[in-house]
Amino acid sequence: MISLEHISQSIHEALSASLNSTLVLLIEMAIAGVLVIALFAVLGLVLVFMERKVSAYMQIRLGPNRVGYKGFAQTAADTLKLLIKEGLTPDGADKFLFNLAPLLVIIVAMLIMAPIAFTKGFQLWDINIGVLYVSAVSSIGVIGILMAGWASNNKYSLLGAMRSGAQIVSYELSAGLSVLTIVILVGSLSINDIIASQQNGWWIFKGHIPVLISFVIFVIAVTAETNRAPFDLAEAESELTAGFHTEYSGMRFALFFLAEYVNIFIVCAIGATLFFGGWMPFHIGSWEAFNHVMDFIPGIVWFFGKVFALIFLIMWFRWTFPRLRVDQLLNLEWKYLLPIAMFNLLLTTVMAITGFYFK
Amino acid sequence: MFIVDYIKTVYNASTSLLKGMRMTGYYFFNHKEIITLQYPDVKQELPERFRGEVVMTHDEKNEHRCTGCTACELACPNATIKIVTKQELQPDGKKKKALETFVYHLELCTMCNLCIVACPTDAIKMAQTFEHSVFDRNQLTKKLNAPGSKLMEGVE
Amino acid sequence: MQYEEVATTQDGNLVINVGPQHPATHGVMHLVITLHGETILNVQPHLGYIHRSIEKMCESLSYRQFIYSTSRMDYLSSHINNHGCALAVEKGLQVEVPERAKVIRVLMDELTRIASHVLWWGAMAMDVGALTPFFHAFRERELINDIMEETCGARLTMNYMVPGGVMFDLHPNFVKKVKEFVAFFRTKIDEYDTLVTYNVIFQERMKNVGVISAADAVSFGCTGPVLRACGVKSDIRKLAPYDGYEKLNFEEPLETAGDSYARYLVRMRELRESLSIIDQLIDNIPEGEFQAKTKAVLKLPKGEFYSRVETARGEFGVYIISEGGLTPYRIHFRSPGFANLSCLNHIAKGQKIGDLVAMMGTLDLVIPDIDR
Repeated sequence: MISLEHISQSIHEALSASLNSTLVLLIEMAIAGVLVIALFAVLGLVLVFMERKVSAYMQIRLGPNRVGYKGFAQTAADTLKLLIKEGLTPDGADKFLFNLAPLLVIIVAMLIMAPIAFTKGFQLWDINIGVLYVSAVSSIGVIGILMAGWASNNKYSLLGAMRSGAQIVSYELSAGLSVLTIVILVGSLSINDIIASQQNGWWIFKGHIPVLISFVIFVIAVTAETNRAPFDLAEAESELTAGFHTEYSGMRFALFFLAEYVNIFIVCAIGATLFFGGWMPFHIGSWEAFNHVMDFIPGIVWFFGKVFALIFLIMWFRWTFPRLRVDQLLNLEWKYLLPIAMFNLLLTTVMAITGFYFK
Repeated sequence: MFIVDYIKTVYNASTSLLKGMRMTGYYFFNHKEIITLQYPDVKQELPERFRGEVVMTHDEKNEHRCTGCTACELACPNATIKIVTKQELQPDGKKKKALETFVYHLELCTMCNLCIVACPTDAIKMAQTFEHSVFDRNQLTKKLNAPGSKLMEGVE
Repeated sequence: MQYEEVATTQDGNLVINVGPQHPATHGVMHLVITLHGETILNVQPHLGYIHRSIEKMCESLSYRQFIYSTSRMDYLSSHINNHGCALAVEKGLQVEVPERAKVIRVLMDELTRIASHVLWWGAMAMDVGALTPFFHAFRERELINDIMEETCGARLTMNYMVPGGVMFDLHPNFVKKVKEFVAFFRTKIDEYDTLVTYNVIFQERMKNVGVISAADAVSFGCTGPVLRACGVKSDIRKLAPYDGYEKLNFEEPLETAGDSYARYLVRMRELRESLSIIDQLIDNIPEGEFQAKTKAVLKLPKGEFYSRVETARGEFGVYIISEGGLTPYRIHFRSPGFANLSCLNHIAKGQKIGDLVAMMGTLDLVIPDIDR
């Protein structure tokens, strides 16, 4: 059976046979880079279209349906428009930082892609502290937002950026704590170990109540971290026009836009990896026959299926809920999510020690 | 008790949010309430009272009912209508006031229907057209009486 | 001088200009906000961006003509504005409006009120960040617009009320369609509650925000749902009934909290009251004339005439001074939006900037109504 693992391995072998190892590494890095950029482009197109369709149907509309077959080319056309548009830099803006900010945001999004396992043996960087790496690198993204807000020389942008700073710094705590529950249960930070531990069932089922709680906290926290409604205070259309990217236009705006969607994809990929077993098919304990049937569906389908289900959930939030106010946002984190997450962590530790979970 | 209240708050909050999500989820999967008409392809049938623009009715003999009495011009709040009259020689030799041109400024019209109400001979009515955009503003100034048309017999 | 202040920050406070083009103002209004962090210190509305001098314009129009221009003020309750003008002219002419016309007017008023409140509901939910309710609101509003279009001939600025009655008789489909709509809308109000009213985030955003006391609201001249949310009975339909409201059995919704949530609840309850008014009337439309006989050229006797009606936003007053001529000597409109806006600074002080948007939503400002 052809799998992505075989393809990548055969490319590696073919290259190693004729070239020395440094050159092989360089070529492989180039291939990986191209693949990541291609994935970015495809994700941007697919997710924006998905968001527009999801929002349309929830709002009793039809959504884009004119460009291309059933409107599938709509986002491509929009991207083309954004590429052609002039990228204005406002007077009084700090030009260097203003131009750097979108790049920084998109680079951070690219970096977090590294440890994510798409399917068995198909991973850019099998790092043994994968989860820690993701939560560490994702914090850099807020610097790009703060930079954009400050450099724009616009009060709306500044307010949006400051809100975003407070928000991301706070919500990283509960996101980290909810990730830790899985780390405690697995006993490893490596993404591959976490997936391997879900061979006989996903953590969301095996870990019952504590993992369920931490999953809910994780979803709320990452929604906030990616600045999505109901936590889109950094953009807050009705209050701050467009928040930190008010002054951006053209391709630089497109980069922010792309980074938002790629970030959603990444946090959902992390969520799928931690709670739903990543590319691991749906297995139930020792039901060999059932597990075998499930194995016929390739891992990449499982992975993207889970990720898109989570993305749909986050979009569902966005098109249902009103926005929180900035003090309520912080209240929710510090008075509700953080205490619950702490308590939950304790509960999980006890559960891990006593072995009171489905094995 | 504090803990009970705390849990109750969290529970009530989550159920209220989930109820809202159930509703949007319902609409996501059930599309029967979508009432969007895809405009240039599908056009809505407009009711006969819809006020799109003022037109003058002509019958098949190219006759209209306008006597040029200027009641509509007086009734119009925006000076949308300008009636130019002429003296026409009757068969019996008498001169009589008649309509020469009925100038209608669509760009000034607010579709208030006062001219139609004011018209004593039902010469003008509202049409259901609404796609009025043109490239030149002058094209919105219209002559409502068809060229060569004359007053219908028996309309005073 | 003023604009220098607008552009600079002083004492470490941030001065931002919300508007004239801003998604929160729903029109061309300019708010100069002084902020300390996220907290509002001062809100100064600047008006006049959409001033069309409708009052002055009306002085050169005859008593039949000027009514149409009032639809352009509060365009969401255009029927009710026209109704107020028609009442003032009828007062001067001493015309008795036929029963059928009265009932038609009340029906149209209440349909307009529903349409206005439904749009307000969607727009206000959009102000607090939920975009979906806006489209759900338009689904129902579209039905009302279709009914209006069929009977009155236009969707927004109908010019249907004329001195002495209404312009046309009801369309034959009217009764059937209104009944369908009422039945449909009853189910949808419950959906509104599920989607927005009971939502915990929405309640948190609304409760204890923008609180105004009854005394303050009265002294600012607030009317309509803003005043009723403070517990003051102020419904003109009850206080000074016009065109048969005195015969109807309906309740004046009152709340006592005076905050944004109370204003929200008052409007939501008004929706249900309007439905019950329509229910009472729709089967009992009397036969007869829809318009009283009036002269072709209307002349009001010398004197002053005032009429007031309850629009979706509050008390709308029409004040006509006549010198006995063909046109009014002076016309003044008391628009509810202007008075309701004046309390914005009072209620916004010390609140967060996100709340300002929600407060403006619950005040239900229609900018052309403020500027005229």
